[in-house]
Amino acid sequence: MSAPTDKTLLQVEGLRTVFETRDGTVCAVDGVDVIVERGECLGVVGESGSGKSVTFNSVMGLVRSPGRIEAGRIMFEGRDLRALNQTEMRAVRGRDIAMTMQDAMTALNPALTVGEQIAEMLEAHDKGLPSGRNARRRAIRAHSVKMLGLVGIASPETRLGQYPHEFSGGMRQRIMIAIALASMPKLLIADEPTTALDVTIQAQVLELITDTRAKLGMSVVLITHDLGVVAEHCDRVMVMYAGQVVEQGRTADVIMRPKHPYTKGLLGSLPRLSLRGQRIEPIEGQVPELIDLPAQCRFYSRCRERGPECLKNIEMRDAGNGQTARCVRVQKELAT
Amino acid sequence: MSLARFVERLLQLIPVLLGVSVIVFAMITLTPGDPVQIMIGDQIVTPEQEAAMRRDLGLDRPIHERFFAFLGNAVQGDFGQSFYHRRPVIDVIKERLPATIELSLVALIIALVTAIPLGVLAAIKRNSFLDRLATVGSLLGVSLPGFWFGILLIMLFAVHLQILPVSGRIGYASEIEPITHLLLIDTLLRGRVDAFFDALSHIIMPAITLGLPMTAILMRVTRTSMLEVMRQDYITFAEAKGLSRQKVLFRHALKNALIPTVSVAAIETGSLLGGNMIVETVFGWPGLGRLVVESIFVRNYPLVQAAVLFYAVTYVMLNFFADILYTILNPRVKL
Ligand SMILES: Nc1ncnc2c1ncn2[C@@H]1O[C@H](COP(=O)(O)OP(=O)(O)OP(=O)(O)O)[C@@H](O)[C@H]1O
Ligand SMILES: [Mg+2]
Repeated sequence: MSAPTDKTLLQVEGLRTVFETRDGTVCAVDGVDVIVERGECLGVVGESGSGKSVTFNSVMGLVRSPGRIEAGRIMFEGRDLRALNQTEMRAVRGRDIAMTMQDAMTALNPALTVGEQIAEMLEAHDKGLPSGRNARRRAIRAHSVKMLGLVGIASPETRLGQYPHEFSGGMRQRIMIAIALASMPKLLIADEPTTALDVTIQAQVLELITDTRAKLGMSVVLITHDLGVVAEHCDRVMVMYAGQVVEQGRTADVIMRPKHPYTKGLLGSLPRLSLRGQRIEPIEGQVPELIDLPAQCRFYSRCRERGPECLKNIEMRDAGNGQTARCVRVQKELAT
Repeated sequence: MSLARFVERLLQLIPVLLGVSVIVFAMITLTPGDPVQIMIGDQIVTPEQEAAMRRDLGLDRPIHERFFAFLGNAVQGDFGQSFYHRRPVIDVIKERLPATIELSLVALIIALVTAIPLGVLAAIKRNSFLDRLATVGSLLGVSLPGFWFGILLIMLFAVHLQILPVSGRIGYASEIEPITHLLLIDTLLRGRVDAFFDALSHIIMPAITLGLPMTAILMRVTRTSMLEVMRQDYITFAEAKGLSRQKVLFRHALKNALIPTVSVAAIETGSLLGGNMIVETVFGWPGLGRLVVESIFVRNYPLVQAAVLFYAVTYVMLNFFADILYTILNPRVKL
C-alpha cells in the first residue's frame, strides 16, 4: 500500500474487527489497510461476507455488540478516530463522514417523515444555517427540497411530508443519498448505493455522487458488486476476501492486469472493456469460516494456482505502479 | 385509517357482542333449579316481590322471546331490579362505577409512568445490575397474587407504620359534593387540597396493587421492543448521521418501541377492570368489583349479569381501541 501523503484524507491501518458468537470469535475484518485520498473515489469489491460493510462501519465507529474493533488505527485528517470520545465522534459522523446503508428498505425510520429525517441531519451539523427560528426552518426546508430534487424525486415539496413506506426501494435508496449528501461531507461511504436501482436511475445517482465529488472535492468510498461501476467511477479499487484486502491498485491496472487469483476469478472471462452491469462472477467453492483460520492463504482451497508455498501467512506484495496483492506469485514488474 | 375500514371494524364487533350477550343471558336460564328460589335463598321476601322477580326474569315466556327481550332491555340499559338493593340494577352500577374507573385510571397511570422508563433503562443498560433487578421485579409482579400483595401493603403501611388508611375511598371529614364523581378531580375542583390528599392516601395502595401485574408486563414489553428496535438499521443510520444520543434514543428508538407498549396497555386496561374484584375487596374499595363479589354471594343474578356484560363490552371495546391506536401510531400499517 502506498504511503500516506498530505493529500490523504482517511488512512486505516491494521484494522481488526471481531464478533463474539456462540461458535467462537468471528474475525470479520483482519488486518485491513485502506487509504482514501482527497477527492478520489475508491471502489471496494468482494464476495458477500468478505467484510466490506464491517470495515467501513468500523471507520464510522458503528460496530455494535457483540462486535468490537480489536486493533488498528483509523486516521482521518490526521486524527485517530478511535481515540475520540463519543461526543467528538458524533461531530465527525454525518458532518465529515457520511454513510448510506446497504439495505434501503430498513435504513429509514418508519415512524418519521422523510422531511424530518433530512432536516435532522442539517440541524445536527448546522452548516451555514441562518439564526432566526423561522428563517432557519425555511432554509432547512428549501435545502431538503433541493436535495430530494437532486436525487431525482419528483414533486419534492409534497414528498417531504410522506413516510418511508410511501416510497419504492429505489426511491428510499436515493433519499438516503440525499440525506448523506445534505451536510456536504468530506467523505461519503456509499454501501452498495445502486443495487436496488434500475439502470437509468443508477446512472443518475452515480452522476450526482460524481458531481458532488467534483464540486466539493469530496472523497467517495463506493462499495459495490458492479465491476462496471468501478471501472467507470473509481480511481482506485480494493478487493476484499475473507476479511482481508487481497488486492488494491489503480482501477485500470487491477482490471487489466489482476495479480491475485481471486481478482482474476472475479473478473473471469468478462469482456474487459464493457463491464457495465456485470455482476461479480461466482467462483467455485466457499468462503472459509472466519473462525480460527489457519496461517495460510485464505483463498487456498479455491485457488487454481495453489502450491505448498501458500501454506503460510501471506503479506501484501508490491506489483509495481502502486498495485499490491496478497499472493506469493506476485512479482514487481518494471514500471512501464 | 380510512373511514370505510373503521366502520368495517366497528361492524365486526357486532357478532362478538352478540355472543357475549348469549353467554350472559344463559347464566340465568341455564342455572339448574328455580332461579327465583336460588336468588331468594334464605332472604325474606313477600310473595309480591317474588312474583315481581318472576315477571322481571320473564320465566313464563319461551326462551328466544326472553333472549330478545333481555337484549332489547340491555340495549336500553334496563337490567331489571337489583332486588337486594331494591333499586334498578343500572342505578346501583352507575353509582359504583366511578370508584372503579378512578382506581383503574390511577393504576394505569402508575403502571405507565413506572414501566416505560424502567423498560427503556433496562434495555439501554442491558445485562446490568439494574436490568436484572427489573427482570426479577417484573417476574414477581406478574406472579404475586394481588390479595397477598395487598394485605402485605396494608400490614406494612396501615397497620405497622400507620401512615396510610386501611380501607375505603375517602375519610368522612373529606366528603364533598361530587362533580365528576372522580374524587381526585372533584376535591381539586372544589379547592379542597386536604381532601385531595386524603383521597390520594386512600387510593395509593389499591392502585399500586392493581397496577402491579400490568407494570410488570408493560416493562417487559417495553424492554423487549426497545432492544428489538435498537438493532434496526434505521438506528444505525440515525447514528451515522451524528445525531445526539437523546435524539437517537427518544426520537428514533422510543417512538417505534412504544407502539407495542401502547397496544398492550390498551388491552391490559381490560384486565385492570376485571382484576379489581379482588383488590377492591381487600381494600374495601366501594367500586363495581366489590359490588359484583357481594352480589355473587347474595345471588343477585341480574346485577351480576349486567356487570359481566359491562366487563365484556369494555374489554371488547378496549381491544378495538387498541387496534385503532396501533394503526394510528404505526404509519406502516395501511388499513
Ligand atoms: N452482528 C454480527 N455477528 C456475527 N458476525 C457478524 C456480524 N456482522 C457481521 N458479521 C460477520 O462479518 C462478516 C462480514 O460481513 P460484512 O457485512 O462486512 O460483509 P460484506 O462484505 O459487506 O457482504 P455483503 O456483500 O453481503 O454486504 C460476515 O461474514 C459475518 O460473518
Ligand atoms: Mg455489506
